[in-house]
Amino acid sequence: MELKPVIGLEIHCQLLTRTKLFCSCPTDYVGREPNTIVCPVCLGLPGSLPVLNKEALKLALRAAIALNCNILRKTRFHRKNYFYPDLPKAYQISQYDIPLGVHGYLEVNGKKVRIRRIHMEEDAGKLVHPTKTGRLEGAQYSLVDFNRCGVPLIEIVTEPDISSPEEAKAFVMELRSLVQHIGVSDGNMEEGSLRCDANISISVDGKWGTKTEIKNMNSFKAIERALAYEIRRQIDTILSGGEVVQETRHWDDSRGITTSLRGKEEAHDYRYFPEPDLLPLTITDELISEIRATMPELPKARRERWKRDYGLGDYEVSVLSSSKPLGDLFDTCVREIGRPKEVSNWLQVEFLRIVDELNLRIEESVFVVPYLKEILELLDNGVINAQIAKSVFEEAVRLRRFPHEIVKSKGLEQVSDESAIREAVKSVLAENQDAVHSYLSGKDKAFNFLLGQVMRVTKGKANPAVVRKVLEEELKALS
Amino acid sequence: MIDKKEIIPEDILDSIFRRIDEVERDLHSYITILKEEAYDQAKIIRGRLEKGEDLPLGGIPIAIKDIICTKGVETTCASKILKGFYPPYDATVVNRVKKAGAIIIGKTNLDEFAMGSSTENSAFGPTRNPWCLERVPGGSSGGSAAAVAAGETILSLGSDTGGSVRQPASFCGIVGLKPTYGLVSRYGLIAYASSLDQIGPMTKDVKDCALLLQVIAGKDDMDSTSLNVSLPNYLDACEAGDLRGIKLGIPKEYISEALDPSVAKVVEEAKRAFERLGAKICEISLPHTEYALPTYYIIAPAEASSNLARYDGVQYGLRIKGESLREMYLETRTNGFGDEVKRRIMIGTYVLSAGYYDAFYLKALKVRRLVKMDFDEAFKVVDYILTPTSPTPAFRIGEKVEDPLLMYLSDIFTVPVNLAGIPAISINGGFSQEGLPIGIQIMGRALDEFGLLKVASAFERETELHAYRPYGR
Ligand SMILES: [Zn+2]
Repeated sequence: MELKPVIGLEIHCQLLTRTKLFCSCPTDYVGREPNTIVCPVCLGLPGSLPVLNKEALKLALRAAIALNCNILRKTRFHRKNYFYPDLPKAYQISQYDIPLGVHGYLEVNGKKVRIRRIHMEEDAGKLVHPTKTGRLEGAQYSLVDFNRCGVPLIEIVTEPDISSPEEAKAFVMELRSLVQHIGVSDGNMEEGSLRCDANISISVDGKWGTKTEIKNMNSFKAIERALAYEIRRQIDTILSGGEVVQETRHWDDSRGITTSLRGKEEAHDYRYFPEPDLLPLTITDELISEIRATMPELPKARRERWKRDYGLGDYEVSVLSSSKPLGDLFDTCVREIGRPKEVSNWLQVEFLRIVDELNLRIEESVFVVPYLKEILELLDNGVINAQIAKSVFEEAVRLRRFPHEIVKSKGLEQVSDESAIREAVKSVLAENQDAVHSYLSGKDKAFNFLLGQVMRVTKGKANPAVVRKVLEEELKALS
Repeated sequence: MIDKKEIIPEDILDSIFRRIDEVERDLHSYITILKEEAYDQAKIIRGRLEKGEDLPLGGIPIAIKDIICTKGVETTCASKILKGFYPPYDATVVNRVKKAGAIIIGKTNLDEFAMGSSTENSAFGPTRNPWCLERVPGGSSGGSAAAVAAGETILSLGSDTGGSVRQPASFCGIVGLKPTYGLVSRYGLIAYASSLDQIGPMTKDVKDCALLLQVIAGKDDMDSTSLNVSLPNYLDACEAGDLRGIKLGIPKEYISEALDPSVAKVVEEAKRAFERLGAKICEISLPHTEYALPTYYIIAPAEASSNLARYDGVQYGLRIKGESLREMYLETRTNGFGDEVKRRIMIGTYVLSAGYYDAFYLKALKVRRLVKMDFDEAFKVVDYILTPTSPTPAFRIGEKVEDPLLMYLSDIFTVPVNLAGIPAISINGGFSQEGLPIGIQIMGRALDEFGLLKVASAFERETELHAYRPYGR
């Protein structure tokens, strides 16, 4: 019996518009007082009518184009009817029979995952349960926060082309990087601007199995864990002769399991019908070419360019493209400084460490460019050595000061003067007779120890090449 | 019409409220009367008029159908479920009439959520016809029609989904216009069936109708379906001399055996009046007429079932507590909605549900297109279409409430217009033997309100029928 996981994803992405999909309320609901950014339209008050936010349409089209979709020129909105307290009109305005784009794909690690459709819709509000855990159980009543109502989303639906949890995670990461690159969404999973649901089934000897839908995977790690768990659960069910039930399941991150949310018998009849309050849309050639003209280089093309033009390796390229601001910073540095290999190393190792420690925002870090340029010049000219360079770079970023000033004020210039170094070497040899003996008896490791000691007494400022040369000479003289 | 220069708003209000005191107890045209607010407004408007401001409706009282949102004034749709709903905003039309200097004197009665043809389906009790208190004023804008007819206001606004402005205008002997879909913003009109609803003026004569239309028509950025067109001066339409060169069609499908003889007689007389005015009359055919009513009773409830789903007791209006969310929904909606509303919600839910959508809703959309094509064809041959507004004069209160299908038939001549989105006006065409007014309807091409007003105004001048009022004025 051959068992194969079959995974399809549905990803909701909040569009980076200033205002909501059908009114002019702001979209930045995170951290706001409940029900403070609402109006008659997004509250669905009687008599109110939606007016489409054209910016949202442009962003959604941008995503559809970047995902290689066929853009449908005549499209329209539908009403998806259902009752829930956080849905003020008791219907959600969404695109149903004619989405914005169909038949696209996204390449992930060389494999094309097909995109079935991409469409626009409005978000709902959220319920707040006044219990200690914030969960529904035990709540005497619930409160509704409508701030999120009407926030513009795109929903991206893949074909069931994904065959492992790792691949699913890689897909979502790649998709996030893409929407960030093209300015469509900030892709923040923690804040809910990128939400992922998955459909999973196990095919048995090539025959399709019953699928379940998993909701509430709030991080990349959760996606991987939830899918791995669900695949295991379905395989165990099949192997023990049971049957997988079609249902929606909830990922419980703290317990590491999926639980049944609602069964098929409660499946909704959404009574879709064309939204009469909005006119059908015609997507013009002009609009599409306008969007194409402003499309930045996509992550995949960027990675290929880095490999081709700069000779960078797969790993380096994947780190640099993990976020758009980092990739942008890299490109700026290379444009200003050249030397892509060295710049890449500095950014990946030193800069990312500092970003982490200082909680810096990469998108605000262009000031780093001249600092890095100076550091490389100071190294080139032998003013500082590599070790000092790292600490000077960190201090420059931390204090926003130019490296040459730091070097000067702290007297960190490299010492290359042979006689001064020879003095230091001699005193180190005199103080470390044991190490000298073991070196002389053939233990090469002792050489590095002695070298380190010389660097220590010179406070790291000695030119390591000169130290090496002098140390070799003095040890030779002793043998 | 009163000359604007000599208007003293308080004087007009005095006479209007005097009339309300006399007749409102019998008629019940209003759900809410805004006497104090009206006098406050009058003072402000008088000041603006004295300063020489040009206010097209300066100081003129207007009554608003209680399905159109008024900021800070309870808007109930004649339903228990919206009791206590005070909209935080004005409908665009309300905004526009206020800006034009009109004084809102009250919110008029209607069939709950505009569903009905007699204003008997109001949670606050029926309105009576000022021509005969035993009879209905028509519906659903019955309150607005009765108020104008009885002199309880000068202007009023109604809404017309399947004839709700024209049929009560006909029953009450006044002028009612359903504009082209999209000419008047629906923002703030509480939706019954969004693709059919349109706000329209209800007035005692055609000139007032033109004046009010001028104020409320035109593009509104808050309504995506509102049309961006330049407006003619509708008042000029009322100056036209005769109707020479105009071709009027009478559809044979509208003149059948079933037509009340008094209505048939009025149409016959109207035909002769138009001929005297120089118009050419000919018979035409609108072959899909018989399918219009069933089509309407699929599309309108379908949209209504979705539009009325928001009344769930969560945000505003009535809420009846329940042990669970489901119970709260059930109790609130069971107690909040009347029978007719429930009936239409159920029909609408049914025709939209999976498995029935294609057979009902989709098919209805196709027939709707055919009905529209009928009109397109007709308007290649004639300029306007003349029909009765309703197959009968006002019927007796209680006569049809028990038989919804019979009640639905009273909109049979008005519904096709809504399906096609074209404009139509109802004006008084004469009286029955019992002295009840009988309306005639004139339909026109999309956006030809100017032409409709011209034809109606010429007829009005020729017949002087608009001068007859119940209560003698
Ligand atoms: Zn809003």
